Amino acid sequence: MSSSAIFVLDLKGKVIIARNYRGDVDMAAIDKFMPLLMDKEEEGLTSPILHNEEATFVYIKHSNLFFVSMARKNVNVALVLAFLFKCVEVFGEYFKDVEEESVRDNFVIIYELLDEMMDFGYPQTTDSRILQEYITQEGHKLEGIAPKLPMAVTNAVSWRSEGIKYRKNEVFLDVIESVNMLANANGAVLRSEIVGAVKMRVFLTGMPELRLGLNDKVLFESSGRGKNKSVELEDVKFHQCVRLSRFENDRTISFIPPDGEFELMSYRLTTTVKPLIWIEAVVERHTHSRVEYMVKAKSQFKRRSTANNVEVIIPVPSDADSPKFKTSVGTVRYVPEQSAFVWTIKSFPGGKEYLMRAHFNLPSVISEDMEGKPPMKVKFEIPYFTTSGIQVRYLKIIEKSGYQALPWVRYITQNGDYQLRMV
Amino acid sequence: MTDSKYFTTTKKGEIFELKTELNSEKKEKKREAVKKVIASMTVGKDVSALFPDVVNCMQTDNLELKKLVYLYLMNYAKSQPDLAIMAVNTFVKDCEDPNPLIRALAVRTMGCIRVDKITEYLCEPLRKCLKDEDPYVRNTPAVCVAKLYDINAALVEDQGFLEQLKDLLSDSNPMVVANAVAALTEINETSSRPLIEMNTQTVNKLLTALNECTEWGQVFILDSLANYEPKDEREAQNICERITPRLAHANAAVVLSTVKVLMKLIDILPRDSDFIAQLIKKLAPPMVTLLSAEPEIQYVALRNINLIVQKRPDILKQEMKVFFVKYNDPIYVKMEKLDIMIRLAHQANIAQVLSELKEYATEVDVDFVRKSVRAIGRCAIKVEQSAERCVSTLLDLIQTKVNYVVQEAVVVIKDIFRKYPNKYESIISTLCENLDTLDEPEARASMIWIIGEYAERIDNADELLESFVEGFHDENTQVQLQLLTSVVKLFLKRPADTQELVQRVLSLATQDSDNPDLRDRGYIYWRLLSADPAAAKDVVLAEKPLISEETDLLEPSLLDELVCHIGSLASVYHKPPSTFVEAAVPLRKTLPKSTVGGSEEPSLIGGTSMPSTQQTTVIPSQDSLIADLLSLDLTPHPSGGNSHQPYAQSAFSSGLDDLLGLGSDGLLGDSHGASGLGGTASPPSVGFGGGVQPMVGMAGAGALPFGAPTLPMGGMGGMGGMGGGDIGGIGGLGDIFGGITPAAGSGYAAPKQIWLEAARSKGTELQGTFLRRSGQIVMDMTFTNRAMQALSGFAIQFNSNSFGLAPAQPLQVRPLPPNQSADAALPCKTDGPVQKMEPLTNLQVRIHFYSHFRFMECRNSL
Repeated sequence: MSSSAIFVLDLKGKVIIARNYRGDVDMAAIDKFMPLLMDKEEEGLTSPILHNEEATFVYIKHSNLFFVSMARKNVNVALVLAFLFKCVEVFGEYFKDVEEESVRDNFVIIYELLDEMMDFGYPQTTDSRILQEYITQEGHKLEGIAPKLPMAVTNAVSWRSEGIKYRKNEVFLDVIESVNMLANANGAVLRSEIVGAVKMRVFLTGMPELRLGLNDKVLFESSGRGKNKSVELEDVKFHQCVRLSRFENDRTISFIPPDGEFELMSYRLTTTVKPLIWIEAVVERHTHSRVEYMVKAKSQFKRRSTANNVEVIIPVPSDADSPKFKTSVGTVRYVPEQSAFVWTIKSFPGGKEYLMRAHFNLPSVISEDMEGKPPMKVKFEIPYFTTSGIQVRYLKIIEKSGYQALPWVRYITQNGDYQLRMV
Repeated sequence: MTDSKYFTTTKKGEIFELKTELNSEKKEKKREAVKKVIASMTVGKDVSALFPDVVNCMQTDNLELKKLVYLYLMNYAKSQPDLAIMAVNTFVKDCEDPNPLIRALAVRTMGCIRVDKITEYLCEPLRKCLKDEDPYVRNTPAVCVAKLYDINAALVEDQGFLEQLKDLLSDSNPMVVANAVAALTEINETSSRPLIEMNTQTVNKLLTALNECTEWGQVFILDSLANYEPKDEREAQNICERITPRLAHANAAVVLSTVKVLMKLIDILPRDSDFIAQLIKKLAPPMVTLLSAEPEIQYVALRNINLIVQKRPDILKQEMKVFFVKYNDPIYVKMEKLDIMIRLAHQANIAQVLSELKEYATEVDVDFVRKSVRAIGRCAIKVEQSAERCVSTLLDLIQTKVNYVVQEAVVVIKDIFRKYPNKYESIISTLCENLDTLDEPEARASMIWIIGEYAERIDNADELLESFVEGFHDENTQVQLQLLTSVVKLFLKRPADTQELVQRVLSLATQDSDNPDLRDRGYIYWRLLSADPAAAKDVVLAEKPLISEETDLLEPSLLDELVCHIGSLASVYHKPPSTFVEAAVPLRKTLPKSTVGGSEEPSLIGGTSMPSTQQTTVIPSQDSLIADLLSLDLTPHPSGGNSHQPYAQSAFSSGLDDLLGLGSDGLLGDSHGASGLGGTASPPSVGFGGGVQPMVGMAGAGALPFGAPTLPMGGMGGMGGMGGGDIGGIGGLGDIFGGITPAAGSGYAAPKQIWLEAARSKGTELQGTFLRRSGQIVMDMTFTNRAMQALSGFAIQFNSNSFGLAPAQPLQVRPLPPNQSADAALPCKTDGPVQKMEPLTNLQVRIHFYSHFRFMECRNSL
């Protein structure tokens, strides 16, 4: 059920880091990984799990690196993948960008981390905040300031150390909602969902007990507060600090937070919301000569809100050239490397409609390669607004020293995977 | 200053240089040198020559350096066991260090050094650490016991470490509990007998620790709970209630492991209870959320959802839309989503699904487009009401003239014809327009099949087929076989003007071809046609069974097994772990027995552990096999013509149908994913599959649609088809003779072969063969007692096998005095549990006497 070895490889499949955990596989088997991957790619059968007679490889790719787990048993793949992603995350906390050069630069610390994060193929402590307390970039002397094991490593509260102190006790809450949408070429919304996240930045002294109150529909109904202004959260995921059984019982979100920045919870709801920004594009294609676009952007949210940094990304044929744009609002630029043009509108108030036109020349000969039909995409941010209507009703902070702490809340709605198919 | 410089030293004499540096007095230089050594080791250079020098650096007050030296030791100790001993003293000393970090590090590293001599020294420190006051240190030996067990199981048992490990399950620290349970689960899985039984008490402790430990610890605990069988419904329900909150965990592994336990426990709970309804409602949202995770995790989730949807279609039936493909999904996610879309398709959502599929069919990725087109065909077959729309969608796609789309469409339209005969022939003309663009064998063969099947309605069918016949020798075998069959069909339908054509094809197939499949099939037709054209008509133009709607469903007992492995490799491969892990443990997980009508244990009586795995392999010689096949088909009609036995008749004709007329349908359908058998089986077993097909049909009731590319049986049908022209074809030949001159008596029986040698089975020799008596398969055996004492209490069990073969009655053998033999004939039935074996003809049988188990493998011909 566990990894036999973990590797970090460069794009050519050369080993940068190799850590053998179980000694039941030949470490040289990793040399077969790259050829195997190439073969599968050629056959069009790639998958994150590759298998040959020697071992099973489970891998992820991150920037110019492959993180590969090798095993021989019937491993828990979900666990292995989650662990590999965790490695990337933790390494990132240690030296920012995780890529070939930084991994080479930090190989000693990576070995230390790998030793601490996994034992005999079983993941152990992987919380970077805790790891940073006893694995640091500077080599330690045992005498003098010997690294002390933080209590948190084996505490029930494994994510927070004791003895944290702040002058000013503050908590910042960000409620961020991303709207995922898929619409077909006829303008019908096939799928829309909201993926929300409550992110926190916690600057609190001691071991505070926090309780977060949301306008959760299930809670409101059970406490008889009626249905108005409550939100039905379809699926909620919590940071490990939240007491899940408590939430299951009475929908209370109670926790001792980690120090600093983290994501407290995420939720998802499938609602057929009106698309916040709707795009219609009329394309007139005159093969061998030119293609013309007429694009209409419509904001379909309340007038008092405003969307910022709106980008409408319209794909064009890769062999188009000589772009000409005309619009009264915002700016348009051609991005040939993405085979698209981008219409940027810095500020887009609710209930408005804007137009733009684009004109491209097409070559007289048609390339033989079939081109896909990439969808249009939209990026935007709407501050002080949540699509779902979720609200933070209170955040109670209780610490035994009894200090007063200030919670700050911010709301923002932004695009998630927002795709509109073209004809 | 960065570490990358350590990678750059590649000069000659490097090792020597490093040696000097390692022995340097300056600490700083020493440390630099060790880093260089580790860097070289990482990139695969052999620096084992530096072993003594590196070990000398172990005595250091620098923790970083110590860790590096330990890392080196783990890598090279195995190759230098004698030198590794040098390190033991330091290890033992470190195990006593006041700093818990160092104590843990020392034990952890010692456990990773797989050298016997070191292992001896490990026991003492390990025992101490198991009782260490610091929970961080207790964590380490918990895992370490599993390490040691892997190296020397007996030592762990002798030293009583298992008991100590069990004690850790009650540890006050949840992480220690989690690691202990991980270690115990692993030990249980590798040992031949369960060493540690879980009980209600331990389970309760685990459930408490579950709330408090790290995300990984939660996975360990959940995975171990998946192996636990609750003693009653109440306990099962209690576990469900206590783990359900885990579905809200952010870690995908925690979610999937929770789903696994819940899926398993649901089967124990009373059906249709409110509790189950509640639970099922809670299961869907977290799985949908997994589809917003990283693509790799999505892939694992989708493979598992594929299982879950088969096991409990109700869970996700409302969630079709989340499986719609996004433009930027990686191809492996797209393919899996398509599969699930088909599984979830039903009348209510078919319109949406179809419009999506049509959209996908215009994308650029060839494999994805092909699969989308196939999916449209599958929709047509699955949802009857949508067939018409599917067909018109396919026609639209054919109009795009994109070559591979057209070819794929032709292939699926053939399937649609098979499902809805005589309904959509109007589109044949459109298909014929695209005849020239078809260049893939499967598409050509499909088109030829369509022409042959509807020859009477296509005016120029003869011309069309003739155009194919012209290039007969350049065609792929698949196409040749189909062409042969179609021309014969054409001839039987329109004998007047096609005699010349059929003769030409028959002679091409029999005289000019060196492909045995083709030749044999040609001869069969030839003989049939010349001997009795009416019989030929009955055989070749027989009504075909309809193909089944649901393709590539997993066989139920396999599905149940895989559900117990959710989240693991097995669930991604959709194969039981035993097929890709070379473990010695035949422990098979399956859903609890209380399942009503669900899984059934293979026809074994005892537990699931098999103490002995002595195997005797018997490979039949080619000629006995063929002879056997002949006899097979002769024997079922001892009373005379087959028309006297309506039951046998129907199965018989469908079997024959499969072998002759439709053989290649199975072949075509093969790639629908029902099985990859065709490609992997060796020639003799292919023939075997072909031969055994009608027989299975006879016993297994005519309800199974043969030749359909769908059910597990049908998958074999595909094989039957492949062998059809070859050995199976000869079997068919026997049938023909059988029809003309009724054969009486029993057919040929293969001589008995030694299945189990006396030397390997404490003195029992077993010879045996399979034969057929009055339509029943009989396992004819001779037991010989070569031991000193008498043997008695014989019993037999069959493991699940490819043909569902199982004993029809208990084995009856009289007690055997020494040096005597006894014959036993065991009638068999073929409705036992079916499981695909590798190779296909592999049959594992357990003979039981005295209370010893004898396990043998008969890879034998029937």
